[in-house]
Amino acid sequence: EDLRVDGRGCEDYRCAEVETDVVSNTSGSARVKLGHTDILVGVKAEMGTPKSEKPDEGYLEFFVDCSANATPEFEGRGGEELGTEIANTLYRVFSSESSIDLKSLCINPREHCWVLYVDVLLLECGGNLFDAISIAVKAALFNTRIPKVRVLEDEEGSKEIELSDDPYDCIRLNVDDVPCIVTLSKIGYRHVVDATLQEEACSLASLLISVTSKGALTSMKKVGKGSLDPESIFEMMETGKRVGKSLHIALQKILDEEESLGTSRQKVGFLG
Amino acid sequence: MRLPVARKAVGPSAPRGSEKHLVAPGDTITTDTGYMRGHGTYVDEEKLIASVAGAVERVNKLVCVKALKTRYNGEVGDIVVGRITEVQQKRWKVETNSRLDSVLLLSSMNLPGGELRRRSAEDELAMRDYLQEGDLISAEVQSVFSDGAVSLHTRSLKYGKLGQGVLVQVSPSLVKRQKTHFHDLPCGASVILGNNGFIWIYPTPEQKDEEAGGFTTSLEPVPLSDREVISRLRNCIVALVTQTLMLFDTSILYCYEASLPHQIKDILKPEVMEEIVLETRRRLLDLEG
Repeated sequence: EDLRVDGRGCEDYRCAEVETDVVSNTSGSARVKLGHTDILVGVKAEMGTPKSEKPDEGYLEFFVDCSANATPEFEGRGGEELGTEIANTLYRVFSSESSIDLKSLCINPREHCWVLYVDVLLLECGGNLFDAISIAVKAALFNTRIPKVRVLEDEEGSKEIELSDDPYDCIRLNVDDVPCIVTLSKIGYRHVVDATLQEEACSLASLLISVTSKGALTSMKKVGKGSLDPESIFEMMETGKRVGKSLHIALQKILDEEESLGTSRQKVGFLG
Repeated sequence: MRLPVARKAVGPSAPRGSEKHLVAPGDTITTDTGYMRGHGTYVDEEKLIASVAGAVERVNKLVCVKALKTRYNGEVGDIVVGRITEVQQKRWKVETNSRLDSVLLLSSMNLPGGELRRRSAEDELAMRDYLQEGDLISAEVQSVFSDGAVSLHTRSLKYGKLGQGVLVQVSPSLVKRQKTHFHDLPCGASVILGNNGFIWIYPTPEQKDEEAGGFTTSLEPVPLSDREVISRLRNCIVALVTQTLMLFDTSILYCYEASLPHQIKDILKPEVMEEIVLETRRRLLDLEG
């Protein structure tokens, strides 16, 4: 039977609220509230030198901060381990070449490129962190506005970078292929999507899969002390792909709706 | 699975019947020196100042502030639902959402073999067979130590280890003090409203008299209809808590009836929650008036 403690089915998400452009001094930001889980993501675009093995691409840097407000266990350095684990997972998810077009972030091959610093802040921990973080990262990247630059060549050959004067003249990123993480927790003989804190305490093993909007799997990770049967892994993957696709559709609909409201949108922010 | 439209303005709050004097820590309650100070207040330069955030209560000359969100302060005769955290020499330590862990002495426990048996060494060694770490129990407060720690007893057949059910944790100030805290709701489930804020919802047991004294827990799978009722009750209680309504059997029942037209998982949506609680509030006011 498909009934969890709060009445949801095994593949139902909790009520989620997504808002972008909440932090004014970033290039892009998003805040996601999934039940009691509250995530804030800020993206800052800065200029840097491309990596030597990929001279004509920009890159992303992830940093996760587990705020001490979230739970008492994060006091001091308690949240560092979880933070590095989440950051490494995000690196893996975005490591595939098709997820984001890094060539559009290049300004001058081998010399200048855009580096996107993605900062994730955990405000409240209510279960299912990875899903909420990936939704917030996708929303923040959708909201990111990178200013357009022009490269001017001098007579001596030194290059100058000119920023356009118009603050609205910027490039947007294409987030169609950005994957979202779906966490499937195994409880007893069934697996559930979007586990609450209590359900996470009951589950021995979980599978984290990152799914693109077309249903393609980009990475997979197993967490937890328990073991997973290969057949159940296959079932979980199928469920994850299905759930991931509908998650992307719903998220894109919300982002487009928010975009269409434009400047007339009432920002709720943190005090609403 | 849905992502609703994000932005919601501050929800409307229904007007209250009587105006309550709400204070924050540091607010002056009164400058009149004729009052005795109760809990939650202190005297500073002839002024009575509140030390917690809550509502002022005045009984003749006694002024105290009842806090809205606190830890549980034990009173003799309260029913509590707690979780065993430690098994010690002659007692169990129980977590009851209070400042100190509560204590359940072995001598305060019902043991098979009759009431007046002297607790022997074998009983001590077999303590773990009765209650282990992580078990949930319902008990009554026997006494309160001077430091505020609470001593529990389960000297009745209605107390003891809890079997299958759902636990909801709320603030202790939202549980109304009543004559009885064990309710069998007509919708098909039973609920224990612990004074410490732990609310236990469980399927109504078939046979009313149990000889075991509350230690055996049946692990049979609960039927789907019972589970739906329990899930709905749990969501209703969460909705009432979010809108800060007092919890007692009538309010939970009215909320359950108001939520019947909606699906169980929709009850937690903000707009549905407001609608249900508004309806409950209206029915409760009708009941009083």
